[in-house]
Amino acid sequence: MIRLLSLACCLVAALPVLAAEIKTRDRRSGFDFMTPSSQDMQRDDMLNPGMLWVLEGEALWQQQAANAPSCAGCHGDAKDSMRGAAARYPAFNDRLNRPINLQQRINLCRSENQQQPAFEPESRPLLALSAFIGAQSRGLPIAPPEDARLAPHLENGRQFFKTPMGQLGLSCAQCHDDNWGGRLAGAPIPQAHPTGYPIYRLEWQTLGSLQRRLRNCLTGIRAEPFDWDAPEMVELELYLMKRAAGMNIETPAVRP
Amino acid sequence: MLTLAASMPAAAQPLVSYEVVGDAIPQSLTGVPGDAARGRAIVASRQKGLCLLCHSGPIPEERFQGNLAPPLDGAGSRWSEGQLRLRLVDSKRLNPASIMPAYYKIDGLQRVGAAWQGKPVLSAEEIEDVIAYLKTLR
Repeated sequence: MIRLLSLACCLVAALPVLAAEIKTRDRRSGFDFMTPSSQDMQRDDMLNPGMLWVLEGEALWQQQAANAPSCAGCHGDAKDSMRGAAARYPAFNDRLNRPINLQQRINLCRSENQQQPAFEPESRPLLALSAFIGAQSRGLPIAPPEDARLAPHLENGRQFFKTPMGQLGLSCAQCHDDNWGGRLAGAPIPQAHPTGYPIYRLEWQTLGSLQRRLRNCLTGIRAEPFDWDAPEMVELELYLMKRAAGMNIETPAVRP
Repeated sequence: MLTLAASMPAAAQPLVSYEVVGDAIPQSLTGVPGDAARGRAIVASRQKGLCLLCHSGPIPEERFQGNLAPPLDGAGSRWSEGQLRLRLVDSKRLNPASIMPAYYKIDGLQRVGAAWQGKPVLSAEEIEDVIAYLKTLR
């Protein structure tokens, strides 16, 4: 019996330690890991470079397309109509029968209601509109929709987060659940909560989307990036937003 | 045609086979002693060895070092050559949850980027160079 017990102990010890999800009370925005000067840059709209995109997005919101309404023509004042919108995406789209992110929602609106070609991924106008719409949720808690149709996609996203990938064989969870706060080279590893996208990343010297950031991580572990808006990417976005539910939106955030 | 060939990943080369004895790979992968100076350069390189992303080590010119893994200082007295070899080649054999990448492994990986497919992180020669360097850290 004792022998059996000790064998069981050995087996347990040999199993991989399962990544523990971060407890709600321990969650921290990437903002908290930044230097005071970067925090000041984000806090002050006069210093935050992301505000340039927000202003550009505001102009695009009003801009009339040929023979088609502007965003404002249908949605009115974004301060009211877009308040909380970014906090709810990705959301399930009936026509496509899958979750879509905010950028995909903007592009669907363009093709369906404005008869305009979709903006290219990561293009300036798409980032500007995303930043403008995102900023209308600043200070509001991330609130993923309670939609049963999202459940399988959310689970796919969770699995993705925990799957080791690339030549270096690392999962998202190994860094961002198990080792947040530690230093990778000189820089602290944050918890990977998408509270402020699109973000102005100092390393990029420009504004970029969550997917651009995810591609950076995939390249870092020497994994093959996914196509823009690939279902796997949107499912990962969905899981990250669920994981950060209740945390406040900071768009446009500044990050190192 | 030349462009096409150049843009394709180099053909996968079979890895040198090795035998694990206990928690070590006692036999050299090359049969030739590694070069400690080359090993140090590999350890210091953020593109090649990547070691200092997670470990710290006595390489003062590299200012930004990680603290996710044990310091490399003293590794040469803590571990034998064979133990270091297995820890470099495939440390997940010792601890499946380890964040230490397998430096000499090409199977069992998922979604490896096109540029890295079929290639280990380090070659057999480079593994031996790193071991030679780590053995000097006493």
